[in-house]
Amino acid sequence: MLAQQLVNGVLLGATYALFALGFTLMFGVLRVINLTYGFYFSAGAFIALALTTHVGLGVALALPMGAIGAGLIAVALDSLLLPRLRHRRSAELDSLMVTLGAVLALYAAMTAWLGPDIRRFPPGLIGAEAWEWLGVRVTQAQVLILVASFVLVSLLIALMSFTRLGLAIRAVAEKPDAAGLMGINVARTSRVVSFLSGALAGAGGVLIGLNFNAIQPYMGESMMLRGFVVIIVGGMGDSRGALIAGLMLGVIEVLTAGYVASGLKEAVAFAILVAVLWTRPQGLFGRAVGQRA
Amino acid sequence: MQRRSLGLLAAAFIAAPLLSATSAQAQPVPVGAIEILSGPAAAYGIAIKAGLELALDEINQKGVLGGRKIALTVEDSAGNKDQAINAARKLIGRDKVIAIIGPTLSNEMFAVGPVTNERRVPTLGTSTTASGITDIGQYIFRTSLPESDVIPVTLKTATARGVKTIALMYANDDAFSKSGFDVMKAAAEKAGLNIVTIESFGSKDADFSAQLTKIKSLKPDAVGISALVEPVSGVLLQARQLGFGKETLFIGGNGSNSPKLGAIAGAAADGLIVGSPWFIAKETDGNPAFVAAFRAKYSKDPDQFAAQAYDAMKIMAAAIDRAGAADSEKVTAALAKTDFKGVMGPFQFTDHRDPATAAGVVVLTMQDGKFGIAK
Repeated sequence: MLAQQLVNGVLLGATYALFALGFTLMFGVLRVINLTYGFYFSAGAFIALALTTHVGLGVALALPMGAIGAGLIAVALDSLLLPRLRHRRSAELDSLMVTLGAVLALYAAMTAWLGPDIRRFPPGLIGAEAWEWLGVRVTQAQVLILVASFVLVSLLIALMSFTRLGLAIRAVAEKPDAAGLMGINVARTSRVVSFLSGALAGAGGVLIGLNFNAIQPYMGESMMLRGFVVIIVGGMGDSRGALIAGLMLGVIEVLTAGYVASGLKEAVAFAILVAVLWTRPQGLFGRAVGQRA
Repeated sequence: MQRRSLGLLAAAFIAAPLLSATSAQAQPVPVGAIEILSGPAAAYGIAIKAGLELALDEINQKGVLGGRKIALTVEDSAGNKDQAINAARKLIGRDKVIAIIGPTLSNEMFAVGPVTNERRVPTLGTSTTASGITDIGQYIFRTSLPESDVIPVTLKTATARGVKTIALMYANDDAFSKSGFDVMKAAAEKAGLNIVTIESFGSKDADFSAQLTKIKSLKPDAVGISALVEPVSGVLLQARQLGFGKETLFIGGNGSNSPKLGAIAGAAADGLIVGSPWFIAKETDGNPAFVAAFRAKYSKDPDQFAAQAYDAMKIMAAAIDRAGAADSEKVTAALAKTDFKGVMGPFQFTDHRDPATAAGVVVLTMQDGKFGIAK
C-alpha cells in the first residue's frame, strides 16, 4: 500500500505543481498577487471541453488551444486590471483586492452562463486503462500530468535563464523603471508574462480536468489555496521550488490521509505553510529576499 | 322602525348559517399548498405542483364529501422561510383553507409548521425528510420517508448479496452528507456489518486516491458513500482508476439517487446500489397508470417529488372524505387513520405522524449510466 500511496502523493503533487507554475511566474516575477489566475485555469479547461465535445478535437490539439485561449484571456484581463495599479505604484494588497473582486465576478458570470454542473471530457478522449506494476496502478492521464509538469518547469527555467526575453522579464521584476530606461518595453514584457502565466494555468486546467473529470466554473478556486502554499513554500518566482514544494505537499497530504486520518489532510498541509512562514519566510528554496534587497 | 330593523337583523343572523349550510353542499373545499415555484430550487416545487394537480383532476371527477370539489390554492415560497410563513398566513386567513400540503423544504417546514400548528390546520409535508419535522406539533404530518428508513432497505440488499464488511466514506464539510453518514453508520452496525474504516473528504475535493488506496488494502466487501452526487462521481471514477472492480459493491446514500451520477461518472458508476422511495419503472398498483397519465398531461416523465405529491393529494382527499366535514380538526383525526395504497406503495402514519412503513422503498442499481431496479 505504501508504494501506491507514494505514487498517489507524487501524482497529486504534480497537479499542485502544475497549477502553481504560472502563478509563481506572475506573483514571484511581477510581484502581483493576481487572483484571476484561478479563472484562467477554469477557462483553459472549458475551452478544451468545448473543442473536444463540440468540434471533436483530440487532446493533442485541444490542450495547446486551451492554453493559448487562456493565455489570450489573461492578456486581455490583466491589461484591463493591472496597468492602472502599476502606474500608481500600488502595494501588493491593492492588486489582491482588485483581482479578488474581478475573479469573483468572473466565476459568477461563468456560472450564470454555463451553469454550476460538473462536466467531464468525453470518455475515451484519453486511454482510461491503467498500467499496473508491482501492485502500483497509474493511468495515462496521471503520467501525462507528471511528464507535463517536469517538461513545463524545465522550459520555464530555460526561458528565464537563457533567453533575452527571460532576461527582460527578470529585469522588469527587479526594477521596472531602470528596465524601461535600458530600452526594455515594460508594458510589453508584462503582457508576455500575463500570457505565459495564463497559458500555464490553462494547460493545467485541461490536464487536471482530464485526470479528475470534474470541470466546473469554480474548479480554479479550490486549487488556489494549494497554489498559495506551493509558491510560498517553494519560494516566490522559483519554478523549481514550486515543483518540489508541490510534490512534497501532495505526498504529505496523501500520507496523512492514508496513515493518520483523512479529515486531517488539509490541516497538516496548512500547518506546514505556517511553519515555513515562521522559519523561512523566503520559502524553503527561495532567494526572494535577496532579490528584494 | 327601529324594532323592525332589529328583527330583520336578528332574522338574518339566524338564517345566515342555514343559508351557508345549504350552499356549502356545492361549495368547493379549500385546500392550500406552499411550494417553491421560483428561484434556484423551483424544479422541486414545480414537480410537486404537477403531481398535486394531476391527482386533483382525478379526485374532482368524483369529488369528496358527496360530490364537493377540492379547490387547491398553490402559493410560491421561492424557497424563502419568510415568504413561506406569509403564504401560510394568507392561505389560512384569506383563503380559509382547511389543510395545507407542503412546504417543499425541511427548513421551510421548521418555519411554517409552528404557525400552522398553532392555528390547528393539518399540514402535510411531501418532501421534508429532516429529522424532527413531526416534533413541531400534532397537526404536522409527512409522507416523505426519512433517510433512516431508506438506508436499512439498501443495506438489506447488500447483505443478501453476501456483504459482511464495509468501508464508509463521507463528505465532512456538508450537513446533508454528514447526517446521511450518521444514518448509514448506525444502519450498518444494526445490520451486523463489520465497518473496516471510516474515511472523510471535502465536498469540493477532486482527489480521493489516498482514502481509496487505504480502503482497497483493507479489501471490504462494500463501500458506502454519503455525499452529494458530484463528489460521489469523483470517488467512483478514481476508484476504477485504482483498480476497484466488480468484487466491491458501492452503496450510495440519498445524494447518489440522481441521474447526474450516470452523466458524470459514466461506466465507473456501474453496479452502485441506492435506495429510493419511488422509481418510474416500479410495478406498484397504480404506478404505471400514474406515469402514463403524467406523461399525457405534462409531456415529460414524473420524478420522485411528483409521485410523492400525487399520493399526498389523494391521502388528503381521502381524509377529508372520511372526516365527513370540511373541518380542520376532523380532517386531522381522519389523516391519522390513513390506510392507503398509492404509487409509492402501501402507506400508513405512525402515532407520531411519520410514514409507518418502508415497504415501498425500491433498491436501484446503476447500469450503463442509468438506474434500474436491483435484482
